[in-house]
Amino acid sequence: MKKIEAVIKPFKLDDVKEGLSGLGVQGLTVSEVKGFGRQRGHREVYRGAEYQVDFVSKVKIEVVVATSLVREAVDLIKEKAWTGQIGDGKIFILPVDEAIRIRTGESGQDAI
Amino acid sequence: MNAADTVFVLFSAALVMLMTPGLALFYGGMVRRKNVLGTVMQSFIILAVITVEWVLWGYSMAFGPDHGGVTGGLEWFALAGVGMNPSPDYGSSIPHGAFMIFQCMFAVLTPALITGAFAERMKFNAFLLFTLAWATLVYNPLCHWVWGVGGWIGAMGALDFAGGTVVHISSGVSAFAAALFMGRRLGYGRTAFIPHNLPMTVTGAAILWFGWFGFNAGSALACNGVAANAFVGTHVASASAALVWVIVEWVHRGKPTTLGAASGAVAGLVAITPAAGFVGPVSSLLIGGAAGGICYGGVLLKTVIGYDDSLDVVGIHGLGGTWGALATGLFASTAVNADGANGLFFGNAGQLWIQFLSVLVTMVFAFVMTLAILKAVDLLVGTRLPQEAEEKGLDLVLHNETGYSL
Repeated sequence: MKKIEAVIKPFKLDDVKEGLSGLGVQGLTVSEVKGFGRQRGHREVYRGAEYQVDFVSKVKIEVVVATSLVREAVDLIKEKAWTGQIGDGKIFILPVDEAIRIRTGESGQDAI
Repeated sequence: MNAADTVFVLFSAALVMLMTPGLALFYGGMVRRKNVLGTVMQSFIILAVITVEWVLWGYSMAFGPDHGGVTGGLEWFALAGVGMNPSPDYGSSIPHGAFMIFQCMFAVLTPALITGAFAERMKFNAFLLFTLAWATLVYNPLCHWVWGVGGWIGAMGALDFAGGTVVHISSGVSAFAAALFMGRRLGYGRTAFIPHNLPMTVTGAAILWFGWFGFNAGSALACNGVAANAFVGTHVASASAALVWVIVEWVHRGKPTTLGAASGAVAGLVAITPAAGFVGPVSSLLIGGAAGGICYGGVLLKTVIGYDDSLDVVGIHGLGGTWGALATGLFASTAVNADGANGLFFGNAGQLWIQFLSVLVTMVFAFVMTLAILKAVDLLVGTRLPQEAEEKGLDLVLHNETGYSL
């Protein structure tokens, strides 16, 4: 099992979600985050005073998948989240020690 | 007693009452989320505190029997003698109580304006003490000088239809003193203090614009042509000022902003306040338009001088009120209001000088008294919140509440 963390542009969430569903990925966690990489923020002006806002709104998807599915899932996210503009985001792959389904107590592959 | 006049003044009093919660929304939207309730509470609680103060001694000090041209006495303490019959001096066609309650709403709104200067950093008990002392020692005397029978500024011939000096210059200059005394907010100049809820601010501005019809037109104290003229002038000045502010900002900063439109409208309303019953619609257009530009500049002033007037009370009320009071000395015409006077543009240069004097006196008095009151309050209970409290935010620290649990 591996955990895939993907930080993507918010409007790409639906495409990525549907793509992962198509692959058989059964669940995922989504959070609204702020961040920046090489994408610069933007300017806001209030009563003549200008502020540089560095953080850009992003969406973070966390999903745990069987190791055999990782390559396909990552390729899918890369494809669906791509725009070609700076700020498309990043994908990280992490090892997972264990996974447990709370309702039934199942672990390992049966939990995901 | 005239039924139409009475309805009009009572209804106007209600409109002006709404301006204080309107101000709460206007200011509330401009501060950071963690301070929204603290900011709103300051305006809202003043409705309670100053209403009681007004009814007990405020009205008597402001409009009661004159003592030496300086203050009214306490003959009307707890509204003794202020009943349902008209006062011979204040609105002869309406119940005295109607005039009193109309003026009450002005007395409430004025100290609420000052809260913008010390937003996000003042202790609540200090704020209450300051507000009560300011109302008693600054607003009441000033009100008496300009509008009370026997008041010396009114006797001098100064024209102030609805409160350019009494409300706006006094609060604007007091705000300047308060901003200097309180010091800058933590992180000022380094962190971005971004308004957290501009839709709320614009709602507040709209309520202020609406209520201002009561503020200005109601000051005619009668349902007549002067009231209608004041109503028209109020609306026209606000529109003109909003337009000018937006255009100036568009050119200066590249984009027009909603905060700019709302601020411009308020600036125009402030400027027309002393003039509304004395000038015609075209004059109102010019007065408002100029206010839009002048107050835009006024708001930039704090970056130049370096004081933290958090919500621009000085730039909008202080400067706008000053321009309005002087503009009254330019544009006033007896053709509009026979009980007024002519200004410079209508052949009477003397009026401008009188207006200037009234402005100067108001500024000096308000500034000095505000500093003195703040110093006293600071010695008694301390005025500024400690650092970690300011970091945490007024809502939690002062009120144990969070503004949005959405």
